[in-house]
Amino acid sequence: MDLTLFVWRQKGPDESGQLERHEAHGITKDMSFLEMLDVVNEDLIKKGKEPIAFDHDCREGICGMCSQVINGLPHGPREKTTVCQLHMRNFKDGATIYIEPFRSRAFPVIKDLIVDRTALDRIIQAGGYISVHTGGVPDANTILIPKEDADTAMDAAECIGCGACVAACPNGSAMLFTAAKVSHLATLPQGRIEAAQRVCVMTEAMLQEGFGNCGNHYECQAACPKGIKVKFIAKLNREFIKAQLA
Amino acid sequence: MIDGKCPAGPLSEKWDKRKQELRLVSPANKRKYRIIVVGAGLAGASAAATLGELGYNVDSFCFQDSPRRGHAISAQGGINATRNYPNDGDSIYRLFYDTIKGGDFRSREANVYRLAQVSGSIIDQCVAQGIPFARDYAGYLDNRSFGGAQVSRTFYARGQTGQQLLLGAYSALMRQVRAGSVKLWPRTDMLDLVIVDGEAKGITVRDLVTGQIRCHSADAVCLCTGGYANLFHLSTNSMGSSVTAAYRAYKKGAFFANPCFTQIHPTCIPVSGDHQSKLTLMSESLRNDGRVWTPMSKGDNRPPYEIPESERDYFLERRYPAYGNLAPRDVSSRAIKDVCDEGGGVGPGGRGVYLDLSDAIKKLGKEKIGERYGNLFEMYERITGENAYKQPMRVYPAPHYTMGGLWVDYDLQSNIPGLFVLGEANFSDHGANRLGASSLMQTLADGYFIVPYTIADYLANTAYGKVSPEHPEFARSLQDTEGVTKRLLTINGRRTVNDFHRELGRIMWDNVGMARSKESLNKALGIIPALRTEFWEDVRVPGSGAELNQELEKAGRVADFLEFAELMAQDALHRGESCGGHFRVEHQTPDGEAKRNDLNFCYVAAWEFKGAGKEPALHKEPLIFENVQLSTRSYK
Repeated sequence: MDLTLFVWRQKGPDESGQLERHEAHGITKDMSFLEMLDVVNEDLIKKGKEPIAFDHDCREGICGMCSQVINGLPHGPREKTTVCQLHMRNFKDGATIYIEPFRSRAFPVIKDLIVDRTALDRIIQAGGYISVHTGGVPDANTILIPKEDADTAMDAAECIGCGACVAACPNGSAMLFTAAKVSHLATLPQGRIEAAQRVCVMTEAMLQEGFGNCGNHYECQAACPKGIKVKFIAKLNREFIKAQLA
Repeated sequence: MIDGKCPAGPLSEKWDKRKQELRLVSPANKRKYRIIVVGAGLAGASAAATLGELGYNVDSFCFQDSPRRGHAISAQGGINATRNYPNDGDSIYRLFYDTIKGGDFRSREANVYRLAQVSGSIIDQCVAQGIPFARDYAGYLDNRSFGGAQVSRTFYARGQTGQQLLLGAYSALMRQVRAGSVKLWPRTDMLDLVIVDGEAKGITVRDLVTGQIRCHSADAVCLCTGGYANLFHLSTNSMGSSVTAAYRAYKKGAFFANPCFTQIHPTCIPVSGDHQSKLTLMSESLRNDGRVWTPMSKGDNRPPYEIPESERDYFLERRYPAYGNLAPRDVSSRAIKDVCDEGGGVGPGGRGVYLDLSDAIKKLGKEKIGERYGNLFEMYERITGENAYKQPMRVYPAPHYTMGGLWVDYDLQSNIPGLFVLGEANFSDHGANRLGASSLMQTLADGYFIVPYTIADYLANTAYGKVSPEHPEFARSLQDTEGVTKRLLTINGRRTVNDFHRELGRIMWDNVGMARSKESLNKALGIIPALRTEFWEDVRVPGSGAELNQELEKAGRVADFLEFAELMAQDALHRGESCGGHFRVEHQTPDGEAKRNDLNFCYVAAWEFKGAGKEPALHKEPLIFENVQLSTRSYK
């Protein structure tokens, strides 16, 4: 396959960036999208040019490090797929592909396709945990959890923290990310005790970091590589209202 | 001769005894000590969080953009613990024995017993943190089976157990960041260990965003920097996983133990071409319900579902009737390699066998199987374009885990006082082969329940804040590190870093991989130095050091692999026996199984760096078995 790429190039956080044209040759359908970029980068290095910087690590769709917008869609055209798990058989020979970083006010660009997502860590720091110390906890089977609840908690807990939901949202909202953690913990008996306080501090932290609010576009759900549902945003809202009334 | 300092006395009382002996640091004094924790995978995050909870000041470093991304996140199948909830005969002793036997009698009894003892507490802790483990309809925790065991002791969260455990440790860590006891240093790479008066007192790092190289001092250092399977270029490890932190500690005097003990995982998606950057594991848990087979007649090109039952060779079930498809990893990998070497493999190049879940799908239904392994089937489909519900997966072994690592004593302290090594980065618990679902157990045992106790014993005897980054040792380390970086940037040769890595990987896979011989090892030892010389003359690292430069990061890691590869081959050559993942073709039984030599090799080989270009010195720690009988491992 031969492809034409338009890739966002930006030297640093304070520099301006632009789309740069690159040709990719000898690409095979078995390559992942990142392996295609590896080929382009090898070529750039051999020509004495700077390779394209992009975040990646596990390359199996779970670490949440990769963060590219492909043809306008965070993580590209395939549903429930991270960039590293997107394979070139999803593209046609001769295609033109636009590659940009995740864009949001809360995610400043560091270089090329790499953005700073530490704002998400700070939302978790605000209260995305159960306040338990190591040791001194009861036997694991002391508190039973209905299978349905454990499954629902797991549906929410699958979030990989990539930030695609933010990049997809017209408001740059981190509501799905925050809702996933709030719902995961609030669904379990162990997490119920701090649920009211948690939802308040995490929501506050989200706003402080410059993320927008939810406008019910549902773009986040469409972009989420783990298929996390917007019903959790409804759960977050419910938890938030309950906390306000309490 | 080196001493692992295992406590005397009955096996089951050793850890309690040691805990009684360990000195404590009072709560008022804890806040005066500073501890560096490098790496934020399961071992690093759990240790940093727990040390923070105890009141120490912790600096937590990782090269990723967030501590939520350590490679432990990729672990799929589960975590072992001896709770005996299924009432199928599990016990602390049985987990201990399975692990010792699984490791082919090359690990320390005392360490492994302690691991089994604390395993239950890990599950309790994780449930309290809110980890949504799989449950049955009555609300109790569910278990599954894993290789090398005949009981069901594996706890799991769908096919993402590692992710859930890591996010649990990460949330505990974030809580401590909030509390002010832990400071995070993401996108920071450790490049050197700083030793002052023989003790570990700090590290030199590179800020991966600004390129700044700087030093951090502390009262103790914990390395939780994972394994070195990426030495093979293609492995199941994350792209950033490397030997660098451990290797640079080795160059500063820390002993490296059993570097040749590497694990090749039997069920990974086969290589599809030269462009490949990593290999993807298909969890061992699939072997609970899956059956491994190849066509009986070689070169049978029919699609798998057209091959009748009578013409299939379920070779694991045939060779190992007692354990069948749940034979341990090293044994299964070699069996798959044998079948493919004899021309019985399937798929491109004959490098693959079928992992078939169709019987289970028929019996339990697609939905139930989807619930257990859905994410794995999806992953397989994305990578290969094939639907595993309709046709069996093709799998082939791939480098996955490294049992070798920095040498540590019973307290997980290396031979350098103040340097503790946790998780995959140390060598301690898995001997010559790790059992599935045991790495998550070991990392969390080290981080939550062992080092928080043992590190206090070291600190109690050390004045806090003894050194600051103004000490001349830091200046020297800084200068050396900057020197290496500058050198890499000025070579400006013709070959890319990846190119060298790929070539090294091929050399290691062919000669120091699943089957090793005196001849192949000597061959590797002959080629590696030449490749290393070429690297330092002809590598091209574009850009500068004063910016985010991913090629420079990679170049440093590959440079270390090029040195470490030689140590690994040397260790493999010196160990004239086959055990676990280390298979020397000269040492095998008539039916092709590993043949141990307990008379001459029942020891840990700990290597000491003696200077560039010099032979490393071998130190031996004899392995003494007081409680188990050394036997030939049999899974038949």
